[in-house]
Formats: sequence, structure tokens, C-alpha cells
Amino acid sequence: MAIAEQQTSPQAALGSSERSWHGIVLQTLKRNEISLVPYVPDRVLTPLIKNLHADPFFTTFATAREEEAVGIVSGAWMGGRRGAVLMQTSGFATLANVLASLAVPYQIPLIMFVSERGTLGEFNYGQSLVCRTMRPVLDSLALEHHTITRLDELGFITDRSIKQAVTTQAPVALILNPLLTGGKVFDK
Amino acid sequence: MNTRNTKVMNRFDVTSRLVAKLRHEEAVIGGIGNTNFDLWAAGHRPQNFYMLGSMGLAFPIALGVALAQPGRRVFALEGDGSLLMQLGALSTIAALKPQNLTMIVMDNGVYQITGAQPTPAADVADIVAIAIGSGLANSAWAADEEDFERLVDDAMAGAEPRLIAVRIDDKPGVGTTRRDPVQIRERFMHGLGVREPL
Repeated sequence: MAIAEQQTSPQAALGSSERSWHGIVLQTLKRNEISLVPYVPDRVLTPLIKNLHADPFFTTFATAREEEAVGIVSGAWMGGRRGAVLMQTSGFATLANVLASLAVPYQIPLIMFVSERGTLGEFNYGQSLVCRTMRPVLDSLALEHHTITRLDELGFITDRSIKQAVTTQAPVALILNPLLTGGKVFDK
Repeated sequence: MNTRNTKVMNRFDVTSRLVAKLRHEEAVIGGIGNTNFDLWAAGHRPQNFYMLGSMGLAFPIALGVALAQPGRRVFALEGDGSLLMQLGALSTIAALKPQNLTMIVMDNGVYQITGAQPTPAADVADIVAIAIGSGLANSAWAADEEDFERLVDDAMAGAEPRLIAVRIDDKPGVGTTRRDPVQIRERFMHGLGVREPL
């Protein structure tokens, strides 16, 4: 269902129920009092981003780079406000330095949502290559990460992972696989 | 004001002048290297945060603090080389218009800590012009120490983000921050009233 929604038009999914992948993510963020959501946009993330903007609970905005967004939510955490960063696979690839020099050593519960490009129908060779760097970088820092492929597991994984990040003061990457979101397919 | 007409000041002296003006537990984020070494040397405060890496993120971190605690003034100290790494952050801050954020750039035109190599911007770019062009209309060069203090006073009373640029000499920082990231972060959170010590 989510796949069909996504492949036709992100707009069509905007008013959809909380049972869509983006509805579940939004509600899980809210339930965990995560109100600050900077992002570098991604086509697949569009319905989530639009609904975050539409909900006054959230302060959500675009940043110029993903590491900038990581800096912002890190500062906010230290100031007592919870945040999460939305990005695409290629954006994650810019984060090794800030993960290793800020989030991990300062023990900041950095919550990252990564829309996964580069697999299951990728049409851009560069995207498929950069995708292969993501999990080795996460593993090299021993960071918790989950690849979410099923709608029925999304709420559990997301909710538990956010709570674990906060209580253990450790970053987590939640990778939104095309099996969950529909991904981006070659259209034009 | 053109950078060429401004006095060449000293980072530690200017930082000390800022710290001396802080009376309301204002947060201060010190960028990597000399910028936070001189913040440390000016006298540790529980509301100081010292970066040990992630070059260029002093302003984004400060923005996060400012968004989390809109009732507290937040200052960020950054070097010119560091700022060049993350110029897009200026537009993000201009767009969000946090009322409580002031950015201070220590501009010596060199990467002092790595051997004083000139930055690419050193002879061609004007940081205040970049800031104004990024949407931070209230940005200004400090002409001298007195002018810097006046600009800080203005910022304390102001209701929009601004950038103050200071032309400094090529001296290294006068202290060395204790490189204990967990303790730095924890004590900063205590200083901001987010947590109590165990």
C-alpha cells in the first residue's frame, strides 16, 4: 500500500491515515517529544516533510548540509530539546566527521532518519555506490542502525530505537528502505 | 565598514571582553582550536561549550541551543576558516531569525593552528558582506575593542540574530581546553539547567 502511494504521487499520500509509513514516523516523533526536525530534502521524504511543516508541534526546516542539521539537533539536545535529522543516503555519506567528533564522543543521542537510495531499483550509478559506504561507516563507529522494510515493524523499531538512543545517550540511524517507502524510481 | 579600516585585535583579549559582559548565564559555544582555547583561558563557565572537532559547526550548535532555550542569550565564537566550511548555516540562521543568537567571527585570514596558511578567502572575501548577503542584515565589523563592546551591548538588547566580525592577529590561543568531551557536554547541560549533577 505504501509503495503504491509513493510511486504514484507523494501529494496523494498527504492526507493519508496514520497507518502510512510517514504517518507512523510523525506520530512516533511526537510521542517521544521530538519537536525539532531539520532536514536536507529527499523526494521520498516529501510527504513526511510536508506533514511536519503542517503540524505546529514541530519546528522543521531545511539546512544547507546534513552536518549542519546534526550540529543543530546536538545543540538543542544539550539545551533540553529533542530533535531528529532527515536525510538521504548521499547526505549520510557527508557525516563521518561529525559523527566521530561530535555525536559519539560527546554522547549525544543523535536520531537520524535516512531515506535509502542506491538499492532495489536505483537508476543512478553514483547513488548505488554511495549507498555502499553507509553501513560500513555506521559499523566502523559501532553505531546502532536498523533498516526498516516493513510497515508493521516501523512503529516498534522507531519508537524503541528513539527511547534507546535517549537512555543510552548514543546515536541511531533508522534507514527507510524502498520496501517500506516505495523508494524513488526512474521517471524523468 | 571595510575590513581594511578595522583595528587588528587579539582573540584572547576580545574573548575576555565578551566573557566579562556575561551576567545572565548566557551560553557560549567555542569553535574548534584557538577559538575555544581562548574561551577556556578567559575562565571556564558552566555555560561554555568547547568543540573538539566538527569544524564549522559552532554556529549550528549555537542555533540548536538558541532554539531549545529562547529565553537565554547564546553567543558563538568561530574562526574565519571554520566559518568558510559552513557558510550555508548563515542563511539557515537568517531564515529562522532566533532572537537570542549572536555570532562572533575571529578573522585572521589564516589557519593559524595548522601553520598559518592563508584561507582561500583571505585576500578576496569580506565576511560581513557574506553575512549580510546571507540575510543577517545587522552584521558588522568591530572597528576596535570599544566598538566590539558596543556591538555586544547592542546584541544583548537586540531581537534578531547578528554577526560581529573581528579582525585579529595571528597569535595562537593562550590556553588549552581539557579535552574531555563527555564532561564538557555534561557540565554544559548542568550550566543550562537541563540536568542536575548525580
